[in-house]
Amino acid sequence: MTELALPQIDRTTVSKKSLIVSQLKKFTNDENVLSENEEIKPYETDGLAAYKQTPLAVVLPENTKEVSEILKFCNEENIKVIPRGAGTGLSGGALPLQDAILLGLGKFNKILEIDFENKCVVTQPGVTNLGITHAVQHKGYYYAPDPSSQLACSIGGNVAENSGGVHSLKYGTTTNNILGVEMVMMDGTITKIGGKTLDQEGYDLLGLVCGSEGLLGVITEVTVKILRKPQSVRAALIGFPTVEDGGNCVSDIISSGIVPAGMEMMDKALIDATDKFSKAGYPKDAEVLMIVELDGTKSEVDGLLNKVSEIAKQNNSNSMKLSNNEKERLAFWSGRKAAFPACGAMAPDYYCMDGSIPRGKLSLILKEINQLSKKYNLAVANAFHAGDGNLHPLIMFDGSDKEQLRKTEEFGAEILKACVKHGGALTGEHGVGIEKRELMCEAFNNDDIQQQLNIKKSLDEKNLLNPGKVYPILRKCAEEGRVHVHRGEEKFPDLPRF
Amino acid sequence: MSTEEKKNSQISLDSETLSPSTEKEVSEIVREIYSKQLPIEITGTGTKKVFGYNLQTAKKLSLSQLSGIIDYQKEELYIKVKAGTPIEDIEKILEENNQELAFEPIDFGYMINGQTNKGTIGGYVACNFAGSRRFKVGSVRDHILGFKGVNGKGDIIKSGGTVVKNVTGYDLSKLISGSFGTLVVLTEITLKVSPKKQSQITVIVYSDEIKKISNLFDKILSSSNEVSAATFIPEEPTHKNYEHTKNKIFKFNDLDQEGSFLAFRIEGDKRSIDERLKELKIELDLSNFKSSILDVHQSVPFWKKVNNLELFSGTKNNILRAVMPPAKCEAFSKFLNKNYKYYIDWCGSLFWIEVLDKDDEKINKIKNFILENSGYLTILKKSENFDFQDTLFTIDSTRLMISKKIKGSFDPKKIFNPGRMYREL
Repeated sequence: MTELALPQIDRTTVSKKSLIVSQLKKFTNDENVLSENEEIKPYETDGLAAYKQTPLAVVLPENTKEVSEILKFCNEENIKVIPRGAGTGLSGGALPLQDAILLGLGKFNKILEIDFENKCVVTQPGVTNLGITHAVQHKGYYYAPDPSSQLACSIGGNVAENSGGVHSLKYGTTTNNILGVEMVMMDGTITKIGGKTLDQEGYDLLGLVCGSEGLLGVITEVTVKILRKPQSVRAALIGFPTVEDGGNCVSDIISSGIVPAGMEMMDKALIDATDKFSKAGYPKDAEVLMIVELDGTKSEVDGLLNKVSEIAKQNNSNSMKLSNNEKERLAFWSGRKAAFPACGAMAPDYYCMDGSIPRGKLSLILKEINQLSKKYNLAVANAFHAGDGNLHPLIMFDGSDKEQLRKTEEFGAEILKACVKHGGALTGEHGVGIEKRELMCEAFNNDDIQQQLNIKKSLDEKNLLNPGKVYPILRKCAEEGRVHVHRGEEKFPDLPRF
Repeated sequence: MSTEEKKNSQISLDSETLSPSTEKEVSEIVREIYSKQLPIEITGTGTKKVFGYNLQTAKKLSLSQLSGIIDYQKEELYIKVKAGTPIEDIEKILEENNQELAFEPIDFGYMINGQTNKGTIGGYVACNFAGSRRFKVGSVRDHILGFKGVNGKGDIIKSGGTVVKNVTGYDLSKLISGSFGTLVVLTEITLKVSPKKQSQITVIVYSDEIKKISNLFDKILSSSNEVSAATFIPEEPTHKNYEHTKNKIFKFNDLDQEGSFLAFRIEGDKRSIDERLKELKIELDLSNFKSSILDVHQSVPFWKKVNNLELFSGTKNNILRAVMPPAKCEAFSKFLNKNYKYYIDWCGSLFWIEVLDKDDEKINKIKNFILENSGYLTILKKSENFDFQDTLFTIDSTRLMISKKIKGSFDPKKIFNPGRMYREL
């Protein structure tokens, strides 16, 4: 792995470790402060397991007051703080620093209030995404954003990253589904933003904080909107003989006025890989495969599904299955959900990219990626959230070969640069973190970045909260930007990633 | 740059209203006023001038010349426009392509002087006041994919883009929505557009009982039948100084004008509407109420009237906008009932209230009730010669402190719309 530039280490802080640890114990129970090597090792990395660094100490506060006191103390003593939820993030947003306190929110694991009257749930940030749905599903409700790691990822982390998921095409991402947060600023100030009302007055601080990757404050409470489950959900599994046909079909479905709940696409390489891995029974003669999911009332879904299949036929589809029950629908998804482990089984290592492009450029970018694959002589498999133009190319390589690693990094950076060139974005849902930090200058100029840094400075004057993330340190627009998985040693190998 | 060009680019600040026609000119003007520390009022076509505190600035920066559609990609579901583009222009091109802005821009013209006047998209984004479909599709801010603008130092900045999934850096599109022009001068806005639904109907349910109405709102919110708007129009108070407009505004063949009513809208293709209507009739126990149905030809104009505050057309009185948690709908309605002219939108969350009196005490009583019940209040329009002493917008001291810091990071010399939202900002 290439050397990663990190903020300069404050040796004074490092030398005062034992003093700092004893001080932290004044704010929370002794057992909540970890400082021995074997205790803090589990916190050395997050979902981007290629980078590892043990922090100075780990503190696991139990309530907002403790978080506030810890942050106030660190602010006064110039100690850096890295907030962390479940640590499942794929861009290294929770990577510790040698001279920083890692502030874990694992003990904030309770749902505080289920309010069916106001259609919301007030929860602590350490509760998992799926935990919220589990708490309300007995009354037919659910929480809409569904990142693939929803079994393990925390809602606080979702707020920090503005997480999306397969269904964000219709239901939006985290920012469109939360009503309020309680947040502690770096100077210890506790603030409530929003609540149980729609929108808020004054500056949209909720919108600013959501997706700020833990740089502006530590979330200690979240109020999320819950929705009634749709009455009917059906899916279509459609194969196309060419990439263009598949891409055109996506555009035609959207421009016909249909907004599917989800619209996914896989290329030939991934169809083969997942079929070997999960025996999903995908068609062999398809160059690209699409899963279109529709939800709503029964007759509406049936009608839309017919419309989708007509559009697919007009775009030369060469295979089509429509789900008639939940079992069939889930079977369509089984291969798609096995995409990441399937790639893990095909090569010693893979990199997962996360770029966004306009939907109409899908076949174009897929062709470019395939050309790059030939240029670098590295295999690639592609999974797309096609409905919202979010792509996850998986580059396969052998990390023990230094030259292959270097080529993979170049390959990945070229894909993301191509996304920006085609009017897309560097990251659709994984966040910038440390991973795509140096690529920020591809998307933004100095004035854009300076404005963002000014906001950061206004709320965290000494740049102590999660420093070294999101904004370029080198400003050389280097060739980084991927998730590196070595021999299945992903931090969470069992979590589906899609 | 040659000497000649330099000379040409010198911005004159002589006139009272500066009307730049390019982003570069906006930037140059702001650089000038930044160096001279000259506060400025930012306007579009002036339709939302009455919102917030009156400004005392010597100069105005008008964006009315910064108008036009830059890029419309129907298949990509976005439209990129210059900030001073009239909303009607955007709606027209979308209509031709069977698309729309899902947040239903409100025409505040009726409330302000009795006639239609939608204003510009920049002004609309600056307020973030979404229309009747809000509880279903999100607010204005949820439909802004990206923007370009000029900060208080004259730097041209951008955030977001044209794609829906984008987590690159802070989401400033949200922050500038509802900032009333106090952070940036918007120059370019990219909006998410949505396919228009094939058809719609509106169901009218007649009842004067607030408990029943609030119960119906709750059932609508709990339903998976995707109701896209729901309002309650109560009988007007008898006080002679309230103009009785209800029966003039809501004049439809299939609407009985007697008493109060709740109305909700179902959109979609015909088959889906029929199916959902059937289910909603059962879910809402509609057999226990007197009800009627407005077909698409009545439903469309009906919601325009609700959305555009036509009930308050040309009023001289104060107009308050309150947003409450939906479960507080009944309590707040009871508090207001018979004393004020008001109606409820957003399926029980949004209250538009007309207040006669020019005294602080009455408004403060309403404000206190709202705050005690976890809502917020905006005094949107003040009656003439009335200077409400308390803040027009709701805020607590911590959020105000944070807001001041953020303001400083965009506009360090406080030259954009100073005091428009909060006197200190």
